[in-house]
Amino acid sequence: MSNTLILLIVLGLGVFGFFAGRSRAMATVGGDRRLLHSLPNYYGANVALNTIVPAVIVLFTWSIVQPMVINGAVSGMINQDRIAEGSSLGLVMSDVRRVAEGLDVAVAQGVMTPDMASDIRAESSNVREQLAQVGVPLGSGVTSETLQAAQSYRAMAGTGNLLKTLVVLLVSAAGLALSWRLITRDYRARNVVEKGIMIVLIGAASIAILTTVGIVLSLIFNTYEFFKLYPVTDFFFGTNWSPSFSGRGQSSELGILPLLWGTLYISFIALLVAVPIGLFAAIYLSEYASKSVRAIAKPMLEVLAGIPTIVYGLFALLTVGPMLVEVFGDGGLLGVNWMSGGTAVMTAGLVMGMMLIPFVSSLSDDIINAVPQAMRDGSLGLGATHSETVRQVIIPAALPGIVGAILLAASRAIGETMIVVLGAGAAARLSLNPFDAMTTVTAKIVSQLTGDSDFSSPVALVAFALGITLFVVTLGLNIFALYIVRKYREQYE
Amino acid sequence: MKDMIPVDRKMSTMQDSKISARGVQVYYGDTHAIKDVDVEIADKTVTAFIGPSGCGKSTFLRCINRMNDTIDSARVMGDILIDNEDIYDPKVDPVQLRAKVGMVFQKPNPFPKSIYDNVAYGPKIHGLARNKADLDEIVEKSLRKAALWDEAKDRLDAPGTGLSGGQQQRLCIARAIATAPEVLLMDEPCSALDPIATAQVEELIDELRQSFSVVIVTHSMQQAARVSQRTAFFHLGNLVEYDDTDKIFTNPQDPRTESYISGRIG
Repeated sequence: MSNTLILLIVLGLGVFGFFAGRSRAMATVGGDRRLLHSLPNYYGANVALNTIVPAVIVLFTWSIVQPMVINGAVSGMINQDRIAEGSSLGLVMSDVRRVAEGLDVAVAQGVMTPDMASDIRAESSNVREQLAQVGVPLGSGVTSETLQAAQSYRAMAGTGNLLKTLVVLLVSAAGLALSWRLITRDYRARNVVEKGIMIVLIGAASIAILTTVGIVLSLIFNTYEFFKLYPVTDFFFGTNWSPSFSGRGQSSELGILPLLWGTLYISFIALLVAVPIGLFAAIYLSEYASKSVRAIAKPMLEVLAGIPTIVYGLFALLTVGPMLVEVFGDGGLLGVNWMSGGTAVMTAGLVMGMMLIPFVSSLSDDIINAVPQAMRDGSLGLGATHSETVRQVIIPAALPGIVGAILLAASRAIGETMIVVLGAGAAARLSLNPFDAMTTVTAKIVSQLTGDSDFSSPVALVAFALGITLFVVTLGLNIFALYIVRKYREQYE
Repeated sequence: MKDMIPVDRKMSTMQDSKISARGVQVYYGDTHAIKDVDVEIADKTVTAFIGPSGCGKSTFLRCINRMNDTIDSARVMGDILIDNEDIYDPKVDPVQLRAKVGMVFQKPNPFPKSIYDNVAYGPKIHGLARNKADLDEIVEKSLRKAALWDEAKDRLDAPGTGLSGGQQQRLCIARAIATAPEVLLMDEPCSALDPIATAQVEELIDELRQSFSVVIVTHSMQQAARVSQRTAFFHLGNLVEYDDTDKIFTNPQDPRTESYISGRIG
């Protein structure tokens, strides 16, 4: 049975359990719900939770563990000598899985009988042709060893699936029966459900955390692979970025410095735009604007945050870039020839700054609003003007929060990709001229992995090393932001 | 508004009247918060405003330094004169006025700055000190007057928010008197304090009478009796009775005052 079907059955049992539990609870008190310890629905929910949650947990664990176990068993069957030159165990195993899948399809379409699929021999028939008939193309002829491995793979998967179905349904039914039997008029279903809900919530929280751990681990392993092929010092201290996709990357120079420089330069310009504008907008909105202006202006500012970054990228490419060239380019308004093309650090930085304005302004606005009215009254009562109050009392009081907002905006800027791809160009270079085209870490990750990438060459694997470097930088910024916000948060209470 | 004031309105005639309010009306949107209030407040006295919650005593207090200007929906009508000068005259800058009429609030609200900077805030923005030594002197004098100098002199650089509640309130008083005001308004200055801190602040108020005209809003009738020389009783936006404190508490003229003092309304 497929996982979806099992899941549906378990859910159905859960719904059935809900009503069964509810009616049993009502029956124990002869229909007078006032005599029950908890509301009837709690008894039902308790049975439903006991039916569904353990069964689902078993189902998922089984689905993850089973392929690992079978893989281990089957790969033991493959003779090390038979692994062809230039190939690996992994490749052979993927062949095996493919053949096994093909046999499944063939049986499902009626081309083979189930017996045929498990007894067929490579010596007697051309499996490759037969599988091609049902739409499963294989790269090469099937050796008898692969076929046998595939057949035992199929057999084990079949038994595994059957066992899985049985066990899951059994667990589900047992949960239903046990929790149903426990119901008496004094059974504290409400408290038990409360605990159950807490466990579900903990589960959700841990999935979020485990995802982060998983992402980091996948980055770390691939980065490790990369550093086996490419020297660490060349990566971190190399000032040249010129990947060569031919020759398996042997002649590539993969120094991260030009990319980091581009990232930081563009982010710096973006913050230079976003921080003053965003902060001033926030001060106007929270301190000076009347209620009606604020009600319109704030949502409009936040619309900026909802625009997809690719649209900002288009804006950079089609509007801001050419405009800047008209001013700073050859024969431009200023008569200087600083800018040769529309894509430049300045273009991307300006547009990214516009994108960040709502981040800074919205967060700062909330923080400024959180400064107690008593502070304003105190300052105004001493004869300070409005702007003196803002400068000398409100801003210092809100500063930790504002710094936090700026750091969050900075990590947003560092991680931004689309605006850079379209606005800043693709040339990795170390230059001080803000009108030069440069590129960032994120943009290069994209270009290393798009197209035909071979995950055993440093040219592709470098993307993971870039990714983890970026991850560490933004993580550090976020932690620093949280630290600052937390350190000063309680000062005004 | 002036022509609405009856000509023969009885005024308590005082020789050294500092603040005189005539026919003051305050509206918050459609709510009529203060109805036609006349008060003469004497210099170098403590005047207490008492009355049940929502009777308009704090609102009236905030009219005296135009703090109601910061509330959009508030409208003030009538005349309030300090030293015979109409403070609602368009020529008067409310910012300058508030330097002359200091205010202490219900909850201690020290700025998130050092103790020194809290006190120096007013003198700095008004340019009262010629140099650092001058400023130091003002800070010390204000803290001494607020009876906080001995406790704070060794920790002037510590944040003002780190003081205890009573100390914070005295810091706020020091901050208010550092700008050398002529009138000090106090809006229930002891309501967030414990009895000991309250006693200290009350003692302080009595001393401040030497140099300022003090107007205090309070919910505690005992406090009004202890610290003030004159008492005004507000009820539902009206000034019901205004007289010497002794007289209000021993021989009130208005039945409403009597009921409030004896605890029957409130």
